[in-house]
Amino acid sequence: MFNFRTSLGQAEFENPIFTASGCAGSGKELAQFFDLTELGAVVTKSIMLKARSGRATPRMAETPSGMLNSIGLQGPGIDLFLEKDIPWLREQGARIVVSIAGESVEDYAILARKLRAVQGISALEVNISCPNVENRGQVFACQPATARAAIEAVRRNIGGDLPIIAKLTPDVTSIVEIAEEVVAAGADALALINTVLGMVIDINTMRPKLAGKTGGLSGPAIRPIAVRAIYQVHEALPNVKILGMGGVASGRDALELILAGASAVSVGTATFGNPTAVIKIKEELQNELIAHGFDSLREAVGYAHRKEVNL
Amino acid sequence: MMGINKNASQVIAEIVSNKKVGAYHHMVFAVGELAKFAKPGNFVAIAVGGESSSMVLRRAFAIYRAFDRGTNGGLLEIVVAPHGAGSTWLTNQSVGFKVDLIAPLGTAFGIPTEPIRALLVGGGYGSAPLFGLSEVLKNRGCRVDMVLGASTAMKIYAPLDGKRSVSSLTITTEDGTTGITGKVTDVLPGIIETNQIDIIYSCGPMGMLEAINQIAAELGVVHQCAVEEAMACGIGVCMTCVLPIRGEDGEIRMVRSCIDGPVVDGSSVIWGSKRQIPEGTWGAN
Ligand SMILES: Cc1cc2nc3c(=O)[nH]c(=O)nc-3n(C[C@H](O)[C@H](O)[C@H](O)COP(=O)(O)OP(=O)(O)OC[C@H]3O[C@@H](n4cnc5c(N)ncnc54)[C@H](O)[C@@H]3O)c2cc1C
Ligand SMILES: Cc1cc2nc3c(=O)[nH]c(=O)nc-3n(C[C@H](O)[C@H](O)[C@H](O)COP(=O)(O)O)c2cc1C
Ligand code: FES
Repeated sequence: MFNFRTSLGQAEFENPIFTASGCAGSGKELAQFFDLTELGAVVTKSIMLKARSGRATPRMAETPSGMLNSIGLQGPGIDLFLEKDIPWLREQGARIVVSIAGESVEDYAILARKLRAVQGISALEVNISCPNVENRGQVFACQPATARAAIEAVRRNIGGDLPIIAKLTPDVTSIVEIAEEVVAAGADALALINTVLGMVIDINTMRPKLAGKTGGLSGPAIRPIAVRAIYQVHEALPNVKILGMGGVASGRDALELILAGASAVSVGTATFGNPTAVIKIKEELQNELIAHGFDSLREAVGYAHRKEVNL
Repeated sequence: MMGINKNASQVIAEIVSNKKVGAYHHMVFAVGELAKFAKPGNFVAIAVGGESSSMVLRRAFAIYRAFDRGTNGGLLEIVVAPHGAGSTWLTNQSVGFKVDLIAPLGTAFGIPTEPIRALLVGGGYGSAPLFGLSEVLKNRGCRVDMVLGASTAMKIYAPLDGKRSVSSLTITTEDGTTGITGKVTDVLPGIIETNQIDIIYSCGPMGMLEAINQIAAELGVVHQCAVEEAMACGIGVCMTCVLPIRGEDGEIRMVRSCIDGPVVDGSSVIWGSKRQIPEGTWGAN
């Protein structure tokens, strides 16, 4: 029997294929196409303290093998989210990873306090790739000190043993340095990678195409960046579990991230092109692992790091 | 919010016809069972570019007509304007080719229970969903008038059999190559008054819908429009296709046009807000 189980921090999952934050709606939209219990976990959109309108449109531009988005974290705010989305997901029997995002260190602390007693959550993904209003809009995850502060705030307030997964941006000089900081601050696992900052200029209007000017690049175009980031971080911190993501559209792609060091894989943009992509990827991944001679997923995690042996 | 797109399914659909009509391609797909769920206003989302395509997003097209043929499987028809790489790729595929298609998606035009007087207004390929709508309205005993407009004659989509379901058809082109020279909005007030129109149904570019909405508001006519926002997923998971809409509670929210649209009440839309969030929108800061 092939063993597909995996873990992130103390949380165990039946299989390693998750949705990516912000790419699965509330779960209801995808439930029309497959049973959510088929997933390792549903990762919710990043939820903030208050309701957010998000950015103006246009919010997206398709790019070669990818897309730019500038949604601006549109959402109902934590209270409505806990009242509506979480009970529904729980009723479906889905494994839930809640993603949170804040505008200040204090926001992260309050969000963690609001979530600490909520039943049925498997882990917390902390999106720190958002602008810090207290620091000239600098992104938390771009500097070691602010990345650390946000994760510490969650750690201090979450209590119990709900695993914290810190989600990092690849838009930094050294992702390993940021990873080491957030792990020291109490992150149990890491989510790699968030979107890569980009821009498209409309050559007809001769202005940036997105209303928000810049946007986050996702999809297969960023996969090599994800593989590199996961590989580097796994090499530096081999005992810290990684939830990998970035351009995964097939089982073969998921395997690449796993070989680099990911213990589980989130699928984002591929769902936009194919609502059942996660199910297809899960099946293909299992077949790929078996075809490569693995008896379990765990054996394949980080396999690309093995020492060369001279026979 | 329960049961979003509850009749939608994803199928591999064979192209059974692909014919050039003016500036457009009329395409027919064998879609099986799902055809019976399609209502005027719904759309399809089609994957483009083939297996290893660099185009990662689906393309949305309004359903022109749907035929439920029982066990023989249903047909869905769309009218495609070759615009960029994705829609051009689609129009270049031959009969027998199979595409990955999801349908029916989104909201449908609301059908009145009384036999009222309806005016259907289409811009360019925006006429496509209106022919199916006119059939339904006519079967309900409504009088249906239609106005179609485009920049030029080649971009008017008005098939013969479609014309039969309407009491009158007025065509406008900006270059005067056919019909009245001008825009649809030039002729609307006259038609609304003469035919004592109760409701306007419209589909076309956003600028046109906004102009129609202004006329509808001035003349006190109900207006349902099918909007067209750039969509990444078409199924409600990406939040790219939003537009500001005032809800029944008076609150303005950024609403997904793929699941709470494309058909929306024209008077609820906060028009002219491209590239900015209207003041007072829920969650704006
Ligand atoms: C609800 C709805 C119904 C539509 N019905 C029809 C129809 O009946 N016939 C028809 O010809 N076209 C229709 N369109 C427009 C059609 O979807 C676009 O022309 C098409 O997506 C353009 O793709 P492309 O690759 O050719 O162009 P590109 O400009 O290269 O597309 C790039 C990206 O932008 C998106 N995009 C670009 N323009 C539009 C647009 N106008 N609307 C939505 N997304 C866009 C595409 O999906 C793609 O992801 C409809 C759009 C919507 C939202
Ligand atoms: C439309 C869209 C919305 C996203 N929203 C969020 C979000 O709310 N929080 C977050 O941490 N990441 C968000 N992401 C990033 C994804 O979770 C993921 O990290 C990234 O897209 C790379 O994976 P992919 O190539 O499979 O999409 C979003 C991405 C997209 C495309
Ligand atoms: S197109 Fe993705 S939410 Fe509407």
